[in-house]
Amino acid sequence: MPARRSTAATLLTIAVAGAALAGCSKKDDAASSDAVKVTASDSACEVAKTSFPAGAVELSVQNQGSKSTEVYVYAAGDKIVTERENIGPGTTVSIHAEIKAGEYEIACKPGMTGDGIRQKITVTGAAAPAAKADPRLAAAVEAYRKYAQEQADATIPVVTQFAEAVKAGDAEKAKSLFAASRVGWERTEPIAESFGDIDPKTDTREDGLEAGQQWTGWHKIEKSLWADGAITDDDKKLADQLVTDLKDWQSRIAKAEITPTSMANGAKELLDEVSKNKITGEEDRYSHTDLSDFAANVDGAEKAYELLKPVAAEKDAALAKTLDAEFAAIKVLLGKYKQGEAYTSYDKITQPERKAFSDAVNSLGEPLSKLAAAVVTG
Amino acid sequence: MDAETAETTAPDTATDQAAPTRRAVIGWAGAGLALGAAAAGSVAAATMHEAAPAAAPGIDSTVDIPFYGDHQAGIATPVQDRLHFAAFDVITKDREALVKMLKEWTKAAAAMTAAREVGAGATGGLPEAPPDDTGEALGLPASRLTLTVGFGPTLFEKDGEDRFGIKAKRPEALVDLPKFPGDRLEANRTGGDICVQACADDPQVAVHAIRNLARIGMGVVNVRWSQLGFGKTSSTTPEAQTPRNLMGFKDGTHNIAGTDAKSLADHVWVAPGDGQDWMTGGSYLVARRIRMTIETWDRTPLKEQEDIFGRSKLEGAPVGKQKERDTPDLSAMKEDAHVRLAHPDSNNGLMILRRGFSFTDGTDGLGRLDAGLFFLAYQRDTRKAFVPLQSKLAANDALNEYITHVGSGHFACPPGVRKPGEWWGQALFG
Repeated sequence: MPARRSTAATLLTIAVAGAALAGCSKKDDAASSDAVKVTASDSACEVAKTSFPAGAVELSVQNQGSKSTEVYVYAAGDKIVTERENIGPGTTVSIHAEIKAGEYEIACKPGMTGDGIRQKITVTGAAAPAAKADPRLAAAVEAYRKYAQEQADATIPVVTQFAEAVKAGDAEKAKSLFAASRVGWERTEPIAESFGDIDPKTDTREDGLEAGQQWTGWHKIEKSLWADGAITDDDKKLADQLVTDLKDWQSRIAKAEITPTSMANGAKELLDEVSKNKITGEEDRYSHTDLSDFAANVDGAEKAYELLKPVAAEKDAALAKTLDAEFAAIKVLLGKYKQGEAYTSYDKITQPERKAFSDAVNSLGEPLSKLAAAVVTG
Repeated sequence: MDAETAETTAPDTATDQAAPTRRAVIGWAGAGLALGAAAAGSVAAATMHEAAPAAAPGIDSTVDIPFYGDHQAGIATPVQDRLHFAAFDVITKDREALVKMLKEWTKAAAAMTAAREVGAGATGGLPEAPPDDTGEALGLPASRLTLTVGFGPTLFEKDGEDRFGIKAKRPEALVDLPKFPGDRLEANRTGGDICVQACADDPQVAVHAIRNLARIGMGVVNVRWSQLGFGKTSSTTPEAQTPRNLMGFKDGTHNIAGTDAKSLADHVWVAPGDGQDWMTGGSYLVARRIRMTIETWDRTPLKEQEDIFGRSKLEGAPVGKQKERDTPDLSAMKEDAHVRLAHPDSNNGLMILRRGFSFTDGTDGLGRLDAGLFFLAYQRDTRKAFVPLQSKLAANDALNEYITHVGSGHFACPPGVRKPGEWWGQALFG
């Protein structure tokens, strides 16, 4: 999981209205006149307007405090609509987001911790039409939702088997199912992360815990299986909890907010995940099944790309050509480490081999970062 | 927000700054890459850097160094204060992809050396797209940034393979460097198909340049190794105070000055008829990461330190002389003194243009400074310059007890890009 679970959610909601926002050429991150001013300090979070129309919204955040701050826009249930971290003292930044009508909270977090100082806001009316409706893009979104649903549906039986093995104290069987139980999740992770509350329960690593947070999910059980060599009674409860949480995930995909932009950026995010956590072996540090997650991330990214490709290739043929080649190359590289359904244990991967993976991820991730713009512009 | 408004706002601050200037202004004043006496010693000398004061007289840090010219900037240019050097490996087999990248690099280099942003800029693109320019140099002047490209032996031929159809164009002077006695070269600090030397008076500007080139190159090249440097160890500006290396000695007192056209022609620039035509006007670069065993050096008595160098520590005067620039009496020095071995008079007048920097990459895990000299030397023909010099130094130099060569690279730096539209490597690939 990412260090910051909010990222994907941001991507899912940011500016579908690419065309409308395109071309901001400002250098200073200063706000345009329609921006909603947010004045943050160490003890206050003042929002100039608490009601504004739906659509492309710009928040101009001025940090007058002495500490760096973060600003979040939360929908009900603290679902992150957009956020900006690390706003230094004395600086002003602009945050752009596509916000639908509804009730929200804006939170400033001086010192970048805690729940923040909150202010309720109301976003009114219907959003201005976002991207020009290209029926192919609408079809791509629905096809991607279907794919995500299939991945979740296929995950539940496997994770249930995994949980049963844990509860039966059968460590060997549980170990054999661990990587497989994660594949569907890893393929579609940006969607899961967009829900905000599920990912911290299922996919947090020990170092990602916040103060007071109980460690639950895959990686806690992973540690017990591989590092501690003992399944505790607590683990057995956590196994059930994991199934419950993933069923929650499965049930919410139908309502997930998916846009062509979020699909494209989600694909990029998957490569970022690989780059940040898998290349280093940090993701599955006890089981060393990182390459399985890596391959699943690439699969999911490719799926999103393939669905967007008809439109993307029309607008940027060279980009599509590059992406075709780089996806092919990285799959060839991964294929060298696949034995049956399993991949080589990551602790057996040498430093030069890790460098080769890193190069392949950079070679794919860089052009993939241009996909969203290629899809929404034109 | 109002998209229309946003689209038309604010001028490009970075672009507004720092217009390129005339090359003449550059201030050869001090230009002189260290080569000379000590210089020759250079290699060794190199070994010992000479650290230079921040702003040498006659150098105006606000005047940009022209990117276009007969020779690449960053060689005879008065040495800047900071370095970021990167060696890249080409990871594609596609010659066209490589050529395309070199063209993009050239454009980006021309922009960055004039304090302009890369591509559509750091904020000028689509909000849905990552910015073309990474942005950390916004608002900063060019800080005399120069970007100098070179091609390594493995670009021409690797494991017997003519990778890009340029094997026949490999210059004879671009030899595989021999193993010198005492070399302890580390694979992850050695070699490379392409190098870029970024020098600037502001480290952020130099790092920004390498970072953006590396990003543009993704899918075509990857960074094999890179090195940051500070405190230039050789000045190309003789009027300026000679810099000190991390051993505390002035070194490279007698480097080639950037204004010394004759020495540059004789010793630095490849001349017509020297070999491959595409290299005419270029130069060969040897880069060596030379680790100093700082802790043991610091326990060495002053007299011994001075004997090892052949110069006094405070003034930098040759043994038996009063002033730094007094003509050395080499015979008064110990036979294994660094300056004696490296001096042009001991080497048939041989000189190289040194442009090295000190480095300190933190500590080495054993609590020792990972520090030394990142030696950079330009020459007309490496076979007649660095190779014989270093062969001699590696075998005899008293300084070897305190230094170890741990990284190495050899690159053919083509002549300059003369005008917009031309690109790095055009004569080689074109």
